[in-house]
Amino acid sequence: MVGAIVQKQTSSGVHPLKFALWLIIISIIMMFAAFTSAYIVRKEEGNWLEFDLPNNLVINTGLLVLSSVFMQLAYFAAKKDNLNQLKIYLVLTLALGTAFLIGQWEAWGDLVNRKVFFGGSDANPSGSFLYVLTGVHGFHLITGLIFILIVLISGFRFKVHSKNLLRIELCTIYWHFLGGLWVYLYLFLTLNH
Amino acid sequence: MASTDISLHKDVHHDHEAHDDHDHHDQHFIFKYIFSQDHKVIAKQFLITGIIWAFIGGALSSIFRIQLGWPQATLEWLEPILGKWVEGGKLNPEFYLGLVTMHGTIMVFFVLTAGLSGTFSNFLIPLQIGARDMASGFLNMLSYWFFFLSSIVMFLSLFLETGPASAGWTIYPPLSALPQAIPGSGAGMTMWIVAMALFIVSSLLGSINYITTVINLRTPGMSMTKLPLTIWAFFLTAILGVLSFPVLFSCVLLLIFDRSFGTSFYLSEIYVAGEALANVGGSPILFQHLFWFLGHPEVYIVILPGFGIVSEIIATNARKPIFGYRAMIGSMLGISLLSFIVWAHHMFVSGMNPFLGSVFMFLTLIIAVPSAVKVFNWIATLWRGNIVFTVPMLFSIGFVSLFISGGLTGIILGNSALDIQVHNTYFVVAHFHLVMGSSAFFGMFAGVYHWFPKMFGRMMDEKLGYVHFWLTFIGVYMVFMPMHYVGIAGFPRRYYSWTSFDLFQSFANINMYISLAAIIAWLAQFIFAFNFIYSIFRGRRASANPWRSNTLEWTTPVLPGHGNWPGPIPVVYRWPYDYSKPGAEEDFIPQHIPYSQTQSSNLPHDKD
Ligand code: HEM
Ligand SMILES: [Cu+2]
Repeated sequence: MVGAIVQKQTSSGVHPLKFALWLIIISIIMMFAAFTSAYIVRKEEGNWLEFDLPNNLVINTGLLVLSSVFMQLAYFAAKKDNLNQLKIYLVLTLALGTAFLIGQWEAWGDLVNRKVFFGGSDANPSGSFLYVLTGVHGFHLITGLIFILIVLISGFRFKVHSKNLLRIELCTIYWHFLGGLWVYLYLFLTLNH
Repeated sequence: MASTDISLHKDVHHDHEAHDDHDHHDQHFIFKYIFSQDHKVIAKQFLITGIIWAFIGGALSSIFRIQLGWPQATLEWLEPILGKWVEGGKLNPEFYLGLVTMHGTIMVFFVLTAGLSGTFSNFLIPLQIGARDMASGFLNMLSYWFFFLSSIVMFLSLFLETGPASAGWTIYPPLSALPQAIPGSGAGMTMWIVAMALFIVSSLLGSINYITTVINLRTPGMSMTKLPLTIWAFFLTAILGVLSFPVLFSCVLLLIFDRSFGTSFYLSEIYVAGEALANVGGSPILFQHLFWFLGHPEVYIVILPGFGIVSEIIATNARKPIFGYRAMIGSMLGISLLSFIVWAHHMFVSGMNPFLGSVFMFLTLIIAVPSAVKVFNWIATLWRGNIVFTVPMLFSIGFVSLFISGGLTGIILGNSALDIQVHNTYFVVAHFHLVMGSSAFFGMFAGVYHWFPKMFGRMMDEKLGYVHFWLTFIGVYMVFMPMHYVGIAGFPRRYYSWTSFDLFQSFANINMYISLAAIIAWLAQFIFAFNFIYSIFRGRRASANPWRSNTLEWTTPVLPGHGNWPGPIPVVYRWPYDYSKPGAEEDFIPQHIPYSQTQSSNLPHDKD
């Protein structure tokens, strides 16, 4: 990269990029903190449509948690220079992540079938909030999938191994975060329904 | 949001053994001055964009001040500039609201957030902590270009057929959500939202970089308690940004859904333009909560850099250590923390539960304590100092004065019972223009005059600087002091004209006076613009350390190149405020001088 200058040491001992990733995670947390507190404040005011959560959200949650496990296994594989395993685990993570997204899409379909709409004259904020929470989370999940894909491609180019762990480490942190965020959202929604 | 960016540039930082020297001297013009990743160039880009915005923002306010000062006048002479917004010699009332909205948005976000933090955090963080550049030059460059894009969108929205956004800088729905409500809530509002979304991305990229750099790239010896107060201020500003801008993003996202996708987060039971809307179940108060959760920290994002800049300049030019260094850090930490739990003082009369109002009133009034600590420390630093009245010093003293005047009215507004009378009047306008608008501008001017020699290798003209200072200082007091009276009498803000009430007829003269002062103060800024541009090319050449200051940026060459120090980065041994230390040869000892070289002035505990 033109003109990039790298200093030898860092005063905190943490890689600057890892640090930056944590800050990005904090800003995403703040977004969802805003959404969920808005949810509570709005719910307290009444005129709130009650409906059941789509059934398959439990399954989706399971899929995402499982994908986090594979992500961690992929990281361990990279640490042990086991490149074949690394690729297999990454592909599994990717597949489960995609399955989760498809599941979320189906959950939206289920909502529409039951006439819980995002917008329009029949929509109530209680339904709209559900779409916003799952939608914005889904958007971030897509960025996570792209990140995994990038790590996978560099895995095929032998660029992910025990001496070059930064990339997969960042990816693992981000993916666990997205999984954790969903588990929080799922619990939040279940408790509020 | 920015999650994929990390992967884009990670090759940059891959190996820690990478070069410490720099070997790209033959960069192409485009990479050196336009798509530059050098923090000093990016800082100048932010500064110059910010200055242009400031003149636009000022021009908008001059136009609506003309309307307020001379409501009966015919404004045909403005037609060449405003075109169809002047109808039969009268300013279009809806365009008036657009002017107010754009003035607020531009000043708060584009000038005093991006222009101020973007300039000084970028310029000073690497130079003062002893780093070659920001943690990620690439993200830093992106941060500027997102801001640039955002600026373009916001600027273009001024020329829309239906006018720019018109619901005030706080864009409260339902006004901002319904195009039927006011023309500006059509395409103008859409562009406002797009521009602000880009702005938030820019601001987050910048803040993430500033925090990472301060934490990770300090030179050996530069512990957090040896940092100049400027860096502490920029650091906390960035933290506030990372925590509060995402909330604005969420808030605006829901507004987008309400505007374009038929949801009802903020809308309920509305009858507009002869038609009842289908929206039910929304809550406009919810918007206010979300907005002010950003909005209040935002005002501190605007003022904290000023705190830092002014502390630095006052200590340097009083030739005295800053009074209460740790108390200064502590009060900034306190203010930053408190700024997240006082937002509802903007909503005392919104129909919020009065008990909640008392809680927020209590928390709000506590902020006066750390604010007062800062003011006392500045005054104590000035007290019996060998004051050098340079131009930046005058602006810094002006900052303290304005901050006191505006802060006092904050205490009045913070009392929910008193706020019932003055909410949404010119009293509030006077409060925040003194404490935020004028103060932050003074901090910015102080910073520009002070660090100009490091930015451009030349000095700004002093005489013009003094003229600029006095005109501006007297000007802003003449503008904002009378506004308090108008406000106490109940004159509401954001009204095009209020002459049909006899009561307010009697304020016609005072309004005219304010308008005149405002326009003169705005014109005085052209002296600054001239001085700035002229001095870049023709100013007196600067020496490496013209103010005899202690911080690390003055140990670089007159015009620091790529990588900042030609040799190794200096190591730090002492705090930045060793001015007039008894027994020392000079009246300042820079941070990189070890105690072993200053035996005559060392105190018993001063060891390397
Ligand atoms: C002593 C500390 C302060 C207190 C107690 C205080 C209190 C208040 C209160 C209660 C309001 C709401 C008035 C109303 O709308 O009726 C207000 C408005 C405002 N304050 Fe302060 N304030 C303080 C310091 C500051 C500082 C340091 C800044 C900025 C640097 C600031 C910027 C603003 C702005 C921008 C508004 C108006 C926003 C709007 O409605 O457009 N205040 N202040
Ligand atoms: Cu406030």
